[in-house]
Amino acid sequence: MAAKTLDVDGLLADPATRVVVCCGSGGVGKTTLAAALGVRAAESGRRVVTLTIDPARRLAQSLGLTELDNTPRKVAGIKASRKAPGGELHAMMLDMKRTFDEIVEAHASPQKAAQILANPFYQSLSSSFAGTQEYMAMEKLGQLRKSDRWDLIVVDTPPSRSALDFLDAPGRLGRFLDGRFIRTLLVPAKAGGRGYAKVMQAGLGVMTGAMTRLLGAQLLTEVQTFVAAMDTMFGGLRERADATAKLLRAPGTAFVVVAAPEPDALREASYFVERLVEEDMPLAGVIMNRVHRTTVPQLSAGKALATAEALEGDGSQPSALAAGVLRTHAQRVQIQDSEQHKLAGFGLAHPKVRTTSAPAFAEDVHDLAGLRQLAAALCEG
Amino acid sequence: MIDGYARRVSSAARRGAAAQSRDRDWEGVRLHVVTGKGGTGKTTIAAALALALAAGGRRTLLVECEGRQGIARLFDAPPLPYAERKVAVAPENGMVYGLAIDPEEALLEYLELYYRAGRAGRALRKFGAIDFATTIAPGVRDVLLTGKAYEATRRKFSSRAARTAAAVPPSEYPDDYVYDAVVMDAPPTGRVARFLNVNAEVAGLARIGPVNKQAESIMRLIRSPQTVVHLVSLLEEMPVQETLDGIEELRSFDLPVGAVMVNRVHTSLLPSSALKGAAAGKLDVETLRQGLAAGGIKPDDDTVRGLAAEAHDHALQVSAQHRLLTKLKAAQRPMYQLPELDTDDIGRLYALASELAEQGAA
Repeated sequence: MAAKTLDVDGLLADPATRVVVCCGSGGVGKTTLAAALGVRAAESGRRVVTLTIDPARRLAQSLGLTELDNTPRKVAGIKASRKAPGGELHAMMLDMKRTFDEIVEAHASPQKAAQILANPFYQSLSSSFAGTQEYMAMEKLGQLRKSDRWDLIVVDTPPSRSALDFLDAPGRLGRFLDGRFIRTLLVPAKAGGRGYAKVMQAGLGVMTGAMTRLLGAQLLTEVQTFVAAMDTMFGGLRERADATAKLLRAPGTAFVVVAAPEPDALREASYFVERLVEEDMPLAGVIMNRVHRTTVPQLSAGKALATAEALEGDGSQPSALAAGVLRTHAQRVQIQDSEQHKLAGFGLAHPKVRTTSAPAFAEDVHDLAGLRQLAAALCEG
Repeated sequence: MIDGYARRVSSAARRGAAAQSRDRDWEGVRLHVVTGKGGTGKTTIAAALALALAAGGRRTLLVECEGRQGIARLFDAPPLPYAERKVAVAPENGMVYGLAIDPEEALLEYLELYYRAGRAGRALRKFGAIDFATTIAPGVRDVLLTGKAYEATRRKFSSRAARTAAAVPPSEYPDDYVYDAVVMDAPPTGRVARFLNVNAEVAGLARIGPVNKQAESIMRLIRSPQTVVHLVSLLEEMPVQETLDGIEELRSFDLPVGAVMVNRVHTSLLPSSALKGAAAGKLDVETLRQGLAAGGIKPDDDTVRGLAAEAHDHALQVSAQHRLLTKLKAAQRPMYQLPELDTDDIGRLYALASELAEQGAA
């Protein structure tokens, strides 16, 4: 492991920390960890909201809530500490379509908004196309931050195809809005020959021709109507995308990469770490989740296995039990050794990155007590 | 009919009688879509399935679409370009080919192949439309990925695409499919139904024109008995729930649900008589102490307590797995159980492939 330890309590308790973004590949327990961080911070006296983006209602299950939607809901059962009273935890799940609709409503006249919301291209873009989720997650984070109702926002990132999609989302939206393609699409809809339209005329003819052939004239018209209707709100969207991109780099934002001691998860974690550093994003550190530890380090796997083998011959009940228990122990030591080996490799590759770890629990963490226990283990490192 | 007869004869000749007589669960399926929650090992299982399906002189294509070069990594091969490459040899002269789909290249190829849109394609790229289509409007990305899988599944030796792809040596039976099966390492469970259904949506949006036609034919293949969607799960709470939700969602979209493939199943190391007690935290410590002493391990309190605690954890895990397995069985789908293998090398793929074959998946 790397020499430097990630001080989770210090990070969560610091009033300057306003946003914690948990990222990492799928299946490493990111959502559960984000919830655990929320519980820990709330119980140390902060007003916390956790935002989960996953459609599988995982956080809902973790927090024992039956319903999560775009409205933050207070989580019952948070224990206020005597030293730091006043902590609260709220949880919410992103409703991506609703978020998109709200942006449209905020930026367009009621008549125009109705037109956009009814456009089939918009409906499809806002509800089912992958990638919209990332844009909307970052938008929601921006809204929560702006509302200033919370001391701390803990965000669980979407299980993207590319783990980094959510980082690129605001920038990509910005590029999209400035893109030549969109401008070109706008031209036929805005009747009247603007100067630059004439210059592009030749290329435009070819392009519109190809688009019409590919998509059918009707779809092209629908896209153009959509883009024209959206045109009025482009400025607003662009501003929002820029603001969100800035927010992710601002002081007060901390990225926590969640990983597990498995090759794929560690590789993804490395990508994350490198990318965050490269982009000047504030990386707080890495949490290694589900790390196995033996409670009997004095007994080696080799000795346990050899003894188990010898005992299995004699057929008595105590011997059979001891053999089984020793095999269980040997397996755990082997897992621990192999994990430590992988973690050491990660530490060598990223010597400056702070890390901490949480143990593998025999059963899934699914209630507040479990989240509390997980967070405590994390803070002990 | 004649077409079908010729195919049967030629395929049987290639395969040999032995492989054909085996009882297989997915006879007639040509497109296997493999999904799973992140971290369940779906790419590994997809690769093992492609290997298993290739056994006995078959050819399979393993397709990945998330740009992670997972196939290359699994098969210890250099990163795959956007081209079909042989990645492994399966038992009895089988061949596994791999393809990592790049959406941008796929779009240009698609434009060229179906519309001979050389000049228009370049114009689209210049105007940022290709970039727009493959990154900003991600639905298009899904259309391209499913479209490519569709093309590879339907490709025959006689088709134009077979000559351009040219990874597989030509056959003397032009009516044979180039690949006996295509295995797609698809997006995760939470997204897969919408991913596969994207063409129905596109067909609804582009109500006429070639895009509409293409989308309709892709949906016909995906909804036909030639396609199944397998779900990879672990015996953990969340993956099991997502698998069950995924099955329900697939069914609600009228998409064909295949098997549940349970990865990393732990077997109990404790004697079955002791398992229940250990899970309840009531392991017979005195008996353990005696057994350890008999084996020559000094049964001091620390050792006995520590070992009992580890046995407790293990028993909890095994009984939780047992409970979750029962829960998965409620979905009433064929189920394959795959062991936890602690190696990382290519041998693991072959071991998983033979497990899958033994349990009837291939």
